[in-house]
Amino acid sequence: MSDPYVLTVNGAERRVDDAWLGESLLYVLRERLGLPGSKTGCEQGECGSCSVAVDGELVCACLVLAASAVGTTITTVEGLQPERGDFTDVQRAFVDEGAVQCGFCTPGLVMAVHDLLDRTPEPSDLDIREAISGNLCRCTGYGRVVAAVEAAVAVRRGVAASGVAP
Amino acid sequence: MDVLLPTTIDEVVTARAERPEAMLLAGGTDLMVAVNAGLRAVPSVVALRAVDDLRAWARQGDEVVVGAGVTYRRLLGPELAALVPGLAEAARTVGSPQIRSVGTLGGNLGTASPAGDALPVLVALGATVELAGPDGARSLPLTAFVTGPKRTALGAAEVVTAVRVPVASGAQQYRKVGVRNAMVIAVASVALVVDTAHRRIGVGLGSVGPVPLPAPEASAFAAEAVDWSTGSLVELSAARRFGELVAAATSPIDDHRSTAAYRRLAVAVLAERCLRTACAAPRAPGEVAA
Repeated sequence: MSDPYVLTVNGAERRVDDAWLGESLLYVLRERLGLPGSKTGCEQGECGSCSVAVDGELVCACLVLAASAVGTTITTVEGLQPERGDFTDVQRAFVDEGAVQCGFCTPGLVMAVHDLLDRTPEPSDLDIREAISGNLCRCTGYGRVVAAVEAAVAVRRGVAASGVAP
Repeated sequence: MDVLLPTTIDEVVTARAERPEAMLLAGGTDLMVAVNAGLRAVPSVVALRAVDDLRAWARQGDEVVVGAGVTYRRLLGPELAALVPGLAEAARTVGSPQIRSVGTLGGNLGTASPAGDALPVLVALGATVELAGPDGARSLPLTAFVTGPKRTALGAAEVVTAVRVPVASGAQQYRKVGVRNAMVIAVASVALVVDTAHRRIGVGLGSVGPVPLPAPEASAFAAEAVDWSTGSLVELSAARRFGELVAAATSPIDDHRSTAAYRRLAVAVLAERCLRTACAAPRAPGEVAA
Protein backbone atom coordinates (compact mmCIF):
# COMPACT_ATOMS: atom_id res chain seq x y z
CA MET A 1 0.00 0.00 0.00
CA SER A 2 1.16 3.50 -0.69
CA ASP A 3 0.27 6.50 1.42
CA PRO A 4 -2.74 8.51 0.21
CA TYR A 5 -1.92 10.95 -2.55
CA VAL A 6 -3.75 13.61 -4.54
CA LEU A 7 -3.98 13.89 -8.32
CA THR A 8 -5.26 16.90 -10.26
CA VAL A 9 -7.60 15.46 -12.88
CA ASN A 10 -9.78 17.56 -15.19
CA GLY A 11 -9.40 20.54 -12.92
CA ALA A 12 -10.37 18.76 -9.70
CA GLU A 13 -8.16 17.51 -6.88
CA ARG A 14 -8.83 13.81 -6.42
CA ARG A 15 -7.59 11.86 -3.40
CA VAL A 16 -6.39 8.30 -3.94
CA ASP A 17 -6.52 6.03 -0.87
CA ASP A 18 -5.39 2.46 -0.29
CA ALA A 19 -3.62 2.20 -3.61
CA TRP A 20 -0.94 -0.35 -4.45
CA LEU A 21 2.31 1.41 -5.28
CA GLY A 22 2.68 -0.04 -8.77
CA GLU A 23 -0.71 1.12 -10.03
CA SER A 24 -0.67 2.91 -13.35
CA LEU A 25 -2.46 6.19 -13.87
CA LEU A 26 -4.82 4.33 -16.19
CA TYR A 27 -5.84 1.92 -13.44
CA VAL A 28 -6.34 4.71 -10.93
CA LEU A 29 -8.42 6.78 -13.35
CA ARG A 30 -10.70 3.90 -14.24
CA GLU A 31 -10.94 1.86 -11.06
CA ARG A 32 -10.50 4.44 -8.30
CA LEU A 33 -11.64 7.78 -9.74
CA GLY A 34 -14.63 6.66 -11.82
CA LEU A 35 -13.21 7.91 -15.13
CA PRO A 36 -13.53 4.95 -17.53
CA GLY A 37 -13.20 6.99 -20.73
CA SER A 38 -9.54 6.03 -21.10
CA LYS A 39 -9.53 2.42 -22.25
CA THR A 40 -7.36 -0.45 -21.09
CA GLY A 41 -5.92 -2.15 -24.13
CA CYS A 42 -2.36 -3.42 -24.30
CA GLU A 43 -0.97 -1.95 -21.05
CA GLN A 44 2.39 -1.54 -22.75
CA GLY A 45 2.09 1.75 -24.59
CA GLU A 46 1.44 0.17 -27.97
CA CYS A 47 -2.26 0.82 -28.60
CA GLY A 48 -2.85 4.40 -27.46
CA SER A 49 -6.39 3.71 -26.23
CA CYS A 50 -5.47 5.12 -22.80
CA SER A 51 -4.04 8.40 -24.15
CA VAL A 52 -4.38 11.35 -21.75
CA ALA A 53 -2.60 14.68 -21.39
CA VAL A 54 -0.18 15.15 -18.48
CA ASP A 55 1.08 18.73 -18.18
CA GLY A 56 -0.04 19.29 -21.75
CA GLU A 57 1.87 16.31 -23.17
CA LEU A 58 0.05 13.40 -24.81
CA VAL A 59 1.00 10.23 -22.96
CA CYS A 60 -0.18 6.67 -22.46
CA ALA A 61 -1.79 6.59 -19.00
CA CYS A 62 -0.79 2.94 -18.67
CA LEU A 63 2.90 3.95 -18.66
CA VAL A 64 2.53 6.63 -15.97
CA LEU A 65 3.09 5.48 -12.41
CA ALA A 66 0.05 7.09 -10.78
CA ALA A 67 1.78 8.02 -7.54
CA SER A 68 4.54 9.79 -9.49
CA ALA A 69 1.98 12.06 -11.20
CA VAL A 70 1.37 14.05 -8.02
CA GLY A 71 1.65 17.75 -8.82
CA THR A 72 0.91 17.37 -12.54
CA THR A 73 -2.16 18.52 -14.43
CA ILE A 74 -4.01 15.57 -15.95
CA THR A 75 -6.69 15.84 -18.62
CA THR A 76 -8.68 12.81 -19.70
CA VAL A 77 -11.22 12.48 -22.49
CA GLU A 78 -13.92 13.26 -19.91
CA GLY A 79 -12.23 16.60 -19.30
CA LEU A 80 -12.48 17.77 -22.91
CA GLN A 81 -16.17 18.67 -22.72
CA PRO A 82 -17.50 21.29 -20.33
CA GLU A 83 -20.69 19.25 -19.75
CA ARG A 84 -21.16 15.52 -19.98
CA GLY A 85 -22.85 14.73 -23.29
CA ASP A 86 -21.44 17.69 -25.16
CA PHE A 87 -19.10 16.99 -28.05
CA THR A 88 -15.92 18.81 -28.88
CA ASP A 89 -15.46 19.78 -32.53
CA VAL A 90 -13.16 16.79 -32.96
CA GLN A 91 -15.67 14.37 -31.43
CA ARG A 92 -18.43 15.83 -33.64
CA ALA A 93 -16.22 15.33 -36.70
CA PHE A 94 -15.57 11.69 -35.71
CA VAL A 95 -19.33 11.06 -35.53
CA ASP A 96 -20.14 12.95 -38.71
CA GLU A 97 -17.42 11.23 -40.73
CA GLY A 98 -18.14 7.70 -39.51
CA ALA A 99 -14.78 7.42 -37.74
CA VAL A 100 -16.40 5.64 -34.80
CA GLN A 101 -17.16 1.95 -35.16
CA CYS A 102 -16.69 -0.21 -32.07
CA GLY A 103 -15.51 2.92 -30.25
CA PHE A 104 -12.80 1.35 -28.15
CA CYS A 105 -9.94 3.35 -29.66
CA THR A 106 -12.00 6.51 -30.05
CA PRO A 107 -11.21 8.28 -26.74
CA GLY A 108 -7.47 7.82 -27.32
CA LEU A 109 -7.73 8.98 -30.91
CA VAL A 110 -9.76 12.03 -29.86
CA MET A 111 -7.06 12.93 -27.33
CA ALA A 112 -4.34 12.46 -29.98
CA VAL A 113 -6.19 14.60 -32.52
CA HIS A 114 -6.79 17.41 -30.02
CA ASP A 115 -3.05 17.31 -29.22
CA LEU A 116 -2.23 17.46 -32.94
CA LEU A 117 -4.54 20.39 -33.69
CA ASP A 118 -3.36 22.32 -30.64
CA ARG A 119 0.21 22.11 -31.94
CA THR A 120 -0.40 22.04 -35.69
CA PRO A 121 -3.66 23.75 -36.70
CA GLU A 122 -3.10 23.02 -40.42
CA PRO A 123 -1.66 19.49 -40.46
CA SER A 124 -0.51 17.79 -43.66
CA ASP A 125 -1.67 14.26 -44.42
CA LEU A 126 1.68 13.01 -43.11
CA ASP A 127 1.32 15.09 -39.92
CA ILE A 128 -2.09 13.48 -39.34
CA ARG A 129 -0.81 9.95 -39.93
CA GLU A 130 2.19 10.48 -37.68
CA ALA A 131 0.01 12.00 -34.94
CA ILE A 132 -2.24 8.92 -34.83
CA SER A 133 0.56 6.41 -35.37
CA GLY A 134 0.44 5.41 -31.72
CA ASN A 135 -3.31 4.72 -31.73
CA LEU A 136 -4.43 1.33 -32.99
CA CYS A 137 -7.87 1.02 -34.61
CA ARG A 138 -8.90 -2.40 -35.85
CA CYS A 139 -12.26 -1.30 -37.34
CA THR A 140 -11.88 1.70 -39.58
CA GLY A 141 -8.63 1.20 -41.43
CA TYR A 142 -7.97 4.86 -40.52
CA GLY A 143 -9.53 6.32 -43.69
CA ARG A 144 -12.53 7.70 -41.80
CA VAL A 145 -10.31 8.86 -38.95
CA VAL A 146 -8.13 10.89 -41.31
CA ALA A 147 -11.31 12.26 -42.91
CA ALA A 148 -12.57 13.28 -39.46
CA VAL A 149 -9.35 15.15 -38.70
CA GLU A 150 -9.58 16.97 -42.04
CA ALA A 151 -13.22 17.82 -41.30
CA ALA A 152 -12.32 19.21 -37.87
CA VAL A 153 -9.56 21.31 -39.44
CA ALA A 154 -12.03 22.65 -42.01
CA VAL A 155 -14.55 23.52 -39.30
CA ARG A 156 -11.92 25.37 -37.26
CA ARG A 157 -10.70 27.18 -40.39
CA GLY A 158 -14.28 28.27 -41.11
CA VAL A 159 -14.78 29.43 -37.55
CA ALA A 160 -11.52 31.38 -37.66
CA ALA A 161 -12.45 32.95 -41.03
CA SER A 162 -15.94 33.97 -39.88
CA GLY A 163 -14.64 35.34 -36.60
CA VAL A 164 -17.38 33.53 -34.70
CA ALA A 165 -16.32 31.82 -31.51
CA PRO A 166 -16.99 28.06 -31.52
CA MET B 1 4.77 7.49 0.47
CA ASP B 2 7.01 5.05 -1.28
CA VAL B 3 7.36 7.17 -4.37
CA LEU B 4 10.03 9.79 -3.88
CA LEU B 5 10.00 12.88 -6.08
CA PRO B 6 13.41 14.51 -5.52
CA THR B 7 13.99 17.89 -7.15
CA THR B 8 17.80 17.96 -7.28
CA ILE B 9 20.49 15.51 -8.38
CA ASP B 10 21.91 15.50 -4.83
CA GLU B 11 18.52 14.44 -3.50
CA VAL B 12 18.39 11.64 -6.06
CA VAL B 13 21.78 10.35 -4.95
CA THR B 14 20.81 10.55 -1.27
CA ALA B 15 17.53 8.75 -1.93
CA ARG B 16 19.35 6.04 -3.88
CA ALA B 17 21.87 5.56 -1.08
CA GLU B 18 19.17 5.35 1.59
CA ARG B 19 16.98 2.97 -0.41
CA PRO B 20 19.16 0.62 -2.39
CA GLU B 21 16.08 -1.38 -3.36
CA ALA B 22 14.34 1.62 -4.96
CA MET B 23 13.86 1.67 -8.70
CA LEU B 24 14.74 4.73 -10.77
CA LEU B 25 11.80 5.90 -12.84
CA ALA B 26 12.39 8.19 -15.82
CA GLY B 27 9.76 8.19 -18.60
CA GLY B 28 8.32 4.84 -17.54
CA THR B 29 8.07 3.45 -21.05
CA ASP B 30 10.18 0.41 -20.16
CA LEU B 31 9.67 0.07 -16.40
CA MET B 32 5.88 0.39 -16.40
CA VAL B 33 5.53 -2.24 -19.11
CA ALA B 34 7.27 -4.68 -16.77
CA VAL B 35 5.26 -3.52 -13.74
CA ASN B 36 1.93 -3.81 -15.62
CA ALA B 37 2.81 -7.31 -16.72
CA GLY B 38 3.55 -8.28 -13.13
CA LEU B 39 7.18 -8.95 -14.01
CA ARG B 40 8.56 -6.39 -11.60
CA ALA B 41 7.59 -5.93 -7.98
CA VAL B 42 7.68 -2.32 -6.83
CA PRO B 43 9.38 -1.93 -3.46
CA SER B 44 9.82 1.83 -3.77
CA VAL B 45 10.47 4.27 -6.56
CA VAL B 46 12.69 7.30 -7.05
CA ALA B 47 10.92 9.26 -9.79
CA LEU B 48 13.15 11.65 -11.74
CA ARG B 49 10.34 13.74 -13.25
CA ALA B 50 10.78 16.73 -10.94
CA VAL B 51 14.57 17.11 -11.22
CA ASP B 52 14.96 20.25 -13.32
CA ASP B 53 18.73 19.86 -13.72
CA LEU B 54 18.21 16.55 -15.50
CA ARG B 55 15.90 18.16 -18.03
CA ALA B 56 18.30 20.91 -19.12
CA TRP B 57 20.64 20.95 -22.09
CA ALA B 58 23.37 23.42 -22.96
CA ARG B 59 26.01 24.08 -25.56
CA GLN B 60 29.49 24.27 -24.04
CA GLY B 61 31.96 25.33 -26.73
CA ASP B 62 32.25 22.53 -29.28
CA GLU B 63 30.14 20.19 -27.16
CA VAL B 64 26.51 19.80 -26.21
CA VAL B 65 25.58 18.50 -22.77
CA VAL B 66 22.15 16.90 -22.92
CA GLY B 67 20.47 16.19 -19.59
CA ALA B 68 19.38 12.61 -18.97
CA GLY B 69 15.78 13.74 -18.57
CA VAL B 70 15.52 15.32 -22.01
CA THR B 71 12.70 13.56 -23.86
CA TYR B 72 12.70 12.32 -27.44
CA ARG B 73 10.19 15.03 -28.26
CA ARG B 74 12.65 17.68 -27.08
CA LEU B 75 15.55 16.06 -28.97
CA LEU B 76 13.42 16.77 -32.05
CA GLY B 77 13.17 20.48 -31.24
CA PRO B 78 14.84 22.70 -33.85
CA GLU B 79 17.72 23.98 -31.69
CA LEU B 80 18.92 20.60 -30.43
CA ALA B 81 18.25 18.97 -33.80
CA ALA B 82 20.56 21.51 -35.46
CA LEU B 83 23.36 20.78 -32.98
CA VAL B 84 22.98 16.98 -32.91
CA PRO B 85 20.92 15.97 -35.95
CA GLY B 86 21.71 12.27 -35.49
CA LEU B 87 19.97 12.17 -32.12
CA ALA B 88 16.96 13.94 -33.60
CA GLU B 89 16.79 11.41 -36.44
CA ALA B 90 16.93 8.55 -33.94
CA ALA B 91 14.33 10.21 -31.69
CA ARG B 92 11.96 10.50 -34.64
CA THR B 93 11.95 6.70 -35.01
CA VAL B 94 11.10 6.02 -31.37
CA GLY B 95 7.60 4.73 -30.60
CA SER B 96 4.74 7.17 -31.14
CA PRO B 97 4.03 10.75 -30.07
CA GLN B 98 2.82 9.32 -26.75
CA ILE B 99 6.15 7.54 -26.17
CA ARG B 100 8.31 10.43 -27.37
CA SER B 101 6.52 12.76 -24.93
CA VAL B 102 7.89 10.91 -21.92
CA GLY B 103 10.75 8.64 -22.99
CA THR B 104 14.16 10.10 -22.13
CA LEU B 105 17.75 9.87 -23.29
CA GLY B 106 18.79 8.81 -19.78
CA GLY B 107 16.11 6.13 -19.75
CA ASN B 108 17.46 4.74 -23.01
CA LEU B 109 20.89 4.53 -21.35
CA GLY B 110 19.61 3.06 -18.10
CA THR B 111 17.65 0.35 -19.91
CA ALA B 112 20.64 -0.27 -22.22
CA SER B 113 18.69 -2.42 -24.64
CA PRO B 114 20.74 -3.53 -27.65
CA ALA B 115 17.90 -1.96 -29.67
CA GLY B 116 17.88 1.42 -27.86
CA ASP B 117 17.59 3.93 -30.70
CA ALA B 118 19.72 6.70 -29.21
CA LEU B 119 22.62 4.39 -28.39
CA PRO B 120 24.10 3.78 -31.87
CA VAL B 121 24.11 7.54 -32.43
CA LEU B 122 25.96 8.06 -29.14
CA VAL B 123 28.50 5.40 -30.16
CA ALA B 124 29.03 7.08 -33.53
CA LEU B 125 29.42 10.47 -31.83
CA GLY B 126 31.94 9.15 -29.30
CA ALA B 127 29.63 10.31 -26.50
CA THR B 128 30.54 10.49 -22.84
CA VAL B 129 28.01 9.49 -20.15
CA GLU B 130 28.05 11.61 -16.99
CA LEU B 131 27.09 10.00 -13.69
CA ALA B 132 26.52 11.29 -10.19
CA GLY B 133 26.88 9.18 -7.06
CA PRO B 134 27.74 9.31 -3.37
CA ASP B 135 31.44 9.61 -4.21
CA GLY B 136 30.86 12.49 -6.58
CA ALA B 137 30.58 12.78 -10.35
CA ARG B 138 32.35 10.64 -12.92
CA SER B 139 32.13 10.13 -16.63
CA LEU B 140 32.54 7.13 -18.90
CA PRO B 141 32.68 6.66 -22.66
CA LEU B 142 29.36 5.26 -23.82
CA THR B 143 31.06 2.04 -24.92
CA ALA B 144 32.29 1.51 -21.34
CA PHE B 145 28.94 2.45 -19.80
CA VAL B 146 26.97 -0.26 -21.60
CA THR B 147 28.50 -3.53 -20.45
CA GLY B 148 26.03 -6.06 -21.85
CA PRO B 149 22.44 -6.53 -22.98
CA LYS B 150 20.43 -4.39 -20.53
CA ARG B 151 23.50 -4.14 -18.30
CA THR B 152 25.44 -1.00 -17.45
CA ALA B 153 28.31 0.22 -15.30
CA LEU B 154 25.88 2.33 -13.25
CA GLY B 155 26.66 1.94 -9.55
CA ALA B 156 24.01 1.04 -6.98
CA ALA B 157 23.55 4.62 -5.76
CA GLU B 158 24.40 6.37 -9.02
CA VAL B 159 22.24 8.15 -11.56
CA VAL B 160 22.92 9.12 -15.18
CA THR B 161 22.88 12.91 -15.23
CA ALA B 162 23.80 13.84 -18.80
CA VAL B 163 25.41 12.89 -22.06
CA ARG B 164 28.21 14.93 -23.60
CA VAL B 165 28.48 14.93 -27.39
CA PRO B 166 30.33 17.04 -29.97
CA VAL B 167 28.45 19.71 -31.93
CA ALA B 168 27.86 18.42 -35.47
CA SER B 169 30.47 19.42 -38.04
CA GLY B 170 29.02 17.34 -40.87
CA ALA B 171 26.13 15.14 -41.88
CA GLN B 172 24.57 12.73 -39.37
CA GLN B 173 22.29 9.85 -40.23
CA TYR B 174 20.22 7.27 -38.39
CA ARG B 175 18.49 4.46 -40.26
CA LYS B 176 16.49 1.62 -38.82
CA VAL B 177 14.68 -1.45 -40.07
CA GLY B 178 11.48 -2.64 -38.42
CA VAL B 179 8.09 -4.00 -39.40
CA ARG B 180 6.46 -0.57 -39.68
CA ASN B 181 7.40 3.09 -39.34
CA ALA B 182 5.90 3.71 -35.91
CA MET B 183 5.96 1.78 -32.63
CA VAL B 184 8.79 -0.42 -33.73
CA ILE B 185 11.80 -1.86 -31.95
CA ALA B 186 14.78 -1.91 -34.30
CA VAL B 187 15.56 -5.17 -36.08
CA ALA B 188 18.78 -3.48 -37.14
CA SER B 189 19.94 0.12 -37.09
CA VAL B 190 22.90 2.21 -38.24
CA ALA B 191 24.08 5.63 -37.13
CA LEU B 192 26.69 7.52 -39.13
CA VAL B 193 28.39 10.73 -38.10
CA VAL B 194 30.63 12.73 -40.44
CA ASP B 195 33.09 14.81 -38.45
CA THR B 196 34.63 17.21 -40.95
CA ALA B 197 36.62 18.95 -38.22
CA HIS B 198 38.60 15.80 -37.40
CA ARG B 199 38.16 14.04 -40.76
CA ARG B 200 36.53 11.12 -39.03
CA ILE B 201 33.48 9.03 -39.80
CA GLY B 202 31.81 7.55 -36.73
CA VAL B 203 29.63 4.45 -36.93
CA GLY B 204 27.24 2.97 -34.38
CA LEU B 205 25.16 -0.18 -34.85
CA GLY B 206 22.03 -1.28 -33.00
CA SER B 207 20.32 -4.67 -32.56
CA VAL B 208 23.22 -6.55 -34.16
CA GLY B 209 25.15 -7.46 -31.03
CA PRO B 210 24.80 -7.65 -27.25
CA VAL B 211 25.59 -3.93 -26.99
CA PRO B 212 25.51 -1.02 -29.45
CA LEU B 213 28.63 -1.54 -31.52
CA PRO B 214 31.23 0.64 -33.19
CA ALA B 215 32.74 -0.46 -36.50
CA PRO B 216 36.35 0.79 -36.38
CA GLU B 217 37.55 -0.81 -39.62
CA ALA B 218 34.55 0.51 -41.52
CA SER B 219 35.08 3.96 -39.99
CA ALA B 220 38.74 4.03 -41.01
CA PHE B 221 37.91 2.82 -44.51
CA ALA B 222 35.24 5.50 -44.94
CA ALA B 223 37.53 8.27 -43.74
CA GLU B 224 40.02 7.23 -46.46
CA ALA B 225 37.29 7.01 -49.09
CA VAL B 226 36.14 10.60 -48.60
CA ASP B 227 37.73 13.58 -50.34
CA TRP B 228 37.71 15.88 -47.33
CA SER B 229 38.16 19.00 -49.46
CA THR B 230 34.62 18.43 -50.78
CA GLY B 231 33.16 16.05 -48.19
CA SER B 232 32.11 13.58 -50.89
CA LEU B 233 33.15 10.03 -51.72
CA VAL B 234 35.95 9.77 -54.29
CA GLU B 235 34.26 6.63 -55.67
CA LEU B 236 30.59 6.03 -54.93
CA SER B 237 31.27 2.28 -55.10
CA ALA B 238 33.21 2.61 -51.84
CA ALA B 239 29.84 2.76 -50.08
CA ARG B 240 29.21 -0.91 -50.86
CA ARG B 241 32.56 -1.98 -49.42
CA PHE B 242 31.80 0.20 -46.39
CA GLY B 243 28.54 -1.74 -45.90
CA GLU B 244 30.42 -5.04 -46.03
CA LEU B 245 32.89 -3.85 -43.41
CA VAL B 246 30.04 -2.68 -41.19
CA ALA B 247 28.37 -6.10 -41.45
CA ALA B 248 31.68 -7.75 -40.56
CA ALA B 249 31.75 -5.77 -37.31
CA THR B 250 28.46 -7.26 -36.07
CA SER B 251 27.60 -10.34 -34.03
CA PRO B 252 23.83 -10.65 -34.45
CA ILE B 253 21.60 -13.44 -33.17
CA ASP B 254 18.40 -15.17 -34.28
CA ASP B 255 15.49 -14.17 -32.06
CA HIS B 256 11.73 -13.58 -32.17
CA ARG B 257 12.20 -10.35 -34.10
CA SER B 258 14.52 -11.43 -36.89
CA THR B 259 17.42 -13.65 -37.92
CA ALA B 260 21.14 -13.08 -37.68
CA ALA B 261 21.48 -13.44 -41.45
CA TYR B 262 18.86 -10.81 -42.18
CA ARG B 263 20.32 -8.41 -39.63
CA ARG B 264 23.77 -8.73 -41.20
CA LEU B 265 22.30 -8.00 -44.62
CA ALA B 266 20.18 -5.12 -43.30
CA VAL B 267 23.03 -3.26 -41.59
CA ALA B 268 25.17 -3.54 -44.71
CA VAL B 269 22.42 -1.99 -46.85
CA LEU B 270 21.59 0.68 -44.26
CA ALA B 271 25.24 1.62 -43.81
CA GLU B 272 25.78 1.86 -47.56
CA ARG B 273 22.77 4.17 -47.88
CA CYS B 274 23.90 6.28 -44.92
CA LEU B 275 27.33 6.86 -46.44
CA ARG B 276 25.98 7.53 -49.94
CA THR B 277 23.54 10.10 -48.58
CA ALA B 278 25.95 11.74 -46.16
CA CYS B 279 28.89 11.93 -48.58
CA ALA B 280 27.30 12.02 -52.02
CA ALA B 281 27.34 15.61 -53.21
CA PRO B 282 30.35 17.89 -52.89
CA ARG B 283 29.92 20.21 -49.95
CA ALA B 284 31.89 23.21 -48.80
CA PRO B 285 34.34 22.36 -45.98
CA GLY B 286 32.79 22.96 -42.61
CA GLU B 287 29.30 23.28 -44.02
CA VAL B 288 26.78 21.43 -41.88
CA ALA B 289 24.37 19.25 -43.82
CA ALA B 290 20.67 19.39 -43.08
